[in-house]
Amino acid sequence: MSTRPIATTRSATGIPTGKLAVWWVVGSEIVIFGGLLASYVMHRLGHPEWAEYASHTNPWFGGINTFVLLTSSLSAVLAHHAAEHGDGKKAAKWLVGTCFGGLIFICVKAVEWTIEIQHGYTITANGFWQFYYTAAGLHAMHVIAGCVIMLIIANDARKGLELHRVELIGIYWHFVDIVWIFLFPLLYIAK
Amino acid sequence: MDVAKQGAARVGDDPLNGIDMAEAGSVTVDTHEAHGHEAHHEQSFWSKYVFSTDHKMIAMQYMFTGIVMALIGGYMSYAFRMQLAFPGESVPGYGLVSQGEYNALVTNHGTIMIFWVAMPMLIAAFGNFLIPLMIGADDMVFPRINRLSYQIFFISAVVLIASFFVPGGGFGGAWTAYPPLSANAQYNLTPLGATFWIVAVALEFVAFLLGGINFITTLMNSRAPGMKMYDIPMVLWMIVIASILFMASVGPLIAGAVMLFMDQVIGTGFFDPNRGGDPILWQHLFWFFGHPEVYVVLLPAMGIVADVICTFARKKLFNYKLILFTVFATGIISFFVWAHHQFVAGIDPRMANVFTVTTLIISIPIAEMLFLYIATLYGGSIQLTTPMLWALAFIAEFLIGGVTGIFLGASGADIYFHDTYFVLAHFHYTFFPIAIIGFYAGITYWFPKMFGKMMNEALGKIHFWGTIIAFNCIFIPLFILGAAGQHRRIYNFQNFPDLAGLQDMRVFATMALIVMLAFQVVFLVNFVMSLIKGKPAGKNPWKANTLEWTAESPPPHGNWPEGLPNCYRGPYEYSVPGREEDYWPQNAPPDTAPAE
Repeated sequence: MSTRPIATTRSATGIPTGKLAVWWVVGSEIVIFGGLLASYVMHRLGHPEWAEYASHTNPWFGGINTFVLLTSSLSAVLAHHAAEHGDGKKAAKWLVGTCFGGLIFICVKAVEWTIEIQHGYTITANGFWQFYYTAAGLHAMHVIAGCVIMLIIANDARKGLELHRVELIGIYWHFVDIVWIFLFPLLYIAK
Repeated sequence: MDVAKQGAARVGDDPLNGIDMAEAGSVTVDTHEAHGHEAHHEQSFWSKYVFSTDHKMIAMQYMFTGIVMALIGGYMSYAFRMQLAFPGESVPGYGLVSQGEYNALVTNHGTIMIFWVAMPMLIAAFGNFLIPLMIGADDMVFPRINRLSYQIFFISAVVLIASFFVPGGGFGGAWTAYPPLSANAQYNLTPLGATFWIVAVALEFVAFLLGGINFITTLMNSRAPGMKMYDIPMVLWMIVIASILFMASVGPLIAGAVMLFMDQVIGTGFFDPNRGGDPILWQHLFWFFGHPEVYVVLLPAMGIVADVICTFARKKLFNYKLILFTVFATGIISFFVWAHHQFVAGIDPRMANVFTVTTLIISIPIAEMLFLYIATLYGGSIQLTTPMLWALAFIAEFLIGGVTGIFLGASGADIYFHDTYFVLAHFHYTFFPIAIIGFYAGITYWFPKMFGKMMNEALGKIHFWGTIIAFNCIFIPLFILGAAGQHRRIYNFQNFPDLAGLQDMRVFATMALIVMLAFQVVFLVNFVMSLIKGKPAGKNPWKANTLEWTAESPPPHGNWPEGLPNCYRGPYEYSVPGREEDYWPQNAPPDTAPAE
């Protein structure tokens, strides 16, 4: 990219600019999910009856998705490892693998939600289900966005370009993973 | 642009930068590599003015959008103030103000002035213009994200204005959008306006998150060689700390906006007590953001004032580090005061006590900063230029805003004052100095750098005195009305026997508003006239130290095509003993004579 300014190439802190920015993105995302989950937890504490509503979620779906998402994070780490060694093709393969994990996650979610909606547990059913769909839906949108960005980076990495970005999307993907680590017990296990 | 010619001219007339250039030789080469592409062909109108990635052009886009929105917001205040002064009469230039329209006007006046005037003008316009120039960089670190930030901001402004033209009209549930009024179309009667409003606000937040990440990363990583943490001009510290505060506080409200949107559109009941929701939750989410937001807009204005008073008092900023640490303290404490907006919302009195204490504590660092500014002025050789007048007015007027806040921060007094015109006058005494006086201090100070021309001082001073006197005439009567029990957001006070007799003061405040709005024409005339036939400014008309004054006025694409500057000292080395000149530019290498 011939138009990249000198400002982008400087590093007064010693941290690469892209990495610094991704950490700030993660910071701003933490407060978004933090606000939503804090609201949910406060409501849960104030409404003991929500435990009954929550018992209709299926921990098997949640559990499988936890496993899928954590495995895809391993794949993201392997992509970073390959990129560190300058192997763009391998990095691209692992990134596509990570995306595949994201795809499975979304498919499982689609099946799970279809079943739940058919049983009448819609977003307007009651307080618990509105938080359930909002929090998990916001998270799922992050999974989809991550997959799209990852495919773009994989396409560059395949040609050996912008390999430092493999680590950056990895940081983001781990964050998406950690959000799920909070959502899974709060929405599926706490009953 | 002819890069080679400019570079040569620069070396010839400025021996200082000749040395600088030689030292930064490798950087020079990089500059030509990076910008050679643009330098060789004329940019089209669209790529230069509309889809620009140049931080200066994006700053101008934010600034002019902000000015247009300020005119719209000012027009709204004219319409609803006329309704209060002359209830039921047709307002010249608007027509009859119906009750629904009155609500929409006050709601959107507040929303526009905070989110589409104060934020774009103070943070986005000055942040974009100043950050790269003051740290000696050629642009922001992510120019395309910067452009995206403005584009999203522009769309948000369009969505907000569009909300006035949908069936039902603009949102009328107050700028704080408390549910259930804001969540339920049966109550607010503006089903589409309310949804447009929440979408516009959410888009605006996204734009400022993108811009904020750019600001923070640029300041952290792209400083000129030699610029250490304590060499950063105070205005940049304040803009970036404001961006961090915004980023750390807006998240819960983004989540809240999603919930409110779904309450409006899908029919969830997050804020509906009948379905297990809680309207107070919105108040917490809103004010958890809303109170730090006060400091998000205050800090850039404080920073602008710091730079202006140092230049025109020809003195070093009094205790730079203490000011900086005070700002950090303010930022942290600002996250623990939000519930003082909710003293009458039925929160636990014990919690109200805690928030009273934290709220009174936060006045300490702010008072301390004002004292440090006054100490900076003490013993300086003060030049009462137009920007200096604005900066001094900021200190004086903001002080009134701060002192009246003490009454409202104390929960006992607030139970009486809550939602009266006393509150309204108080926060206008904070936001007006911040958004309007702070902006004018900044624009009159940096206008020569932005456009290469000097502004007219005589017109500037007429505008200053007209605005300041009229401003006080608007809001001092409102303090008295508020103390007399006049409630906010009332369409017609003639229906209240106890308040109807105070009509003279309402008329007086409204007349003062019209005078103040009329004086803004002086500014617009001065702005345009100075652009056309102002005196050429030269590089450094105020003899200031910071790096932006070493670039051409206006700076070309890439800011310093002949090579980016280095930094050798702090930004406020004025009147240093033993030096012939009373200023010492940051880029002047040690052991050489001062420039000119």
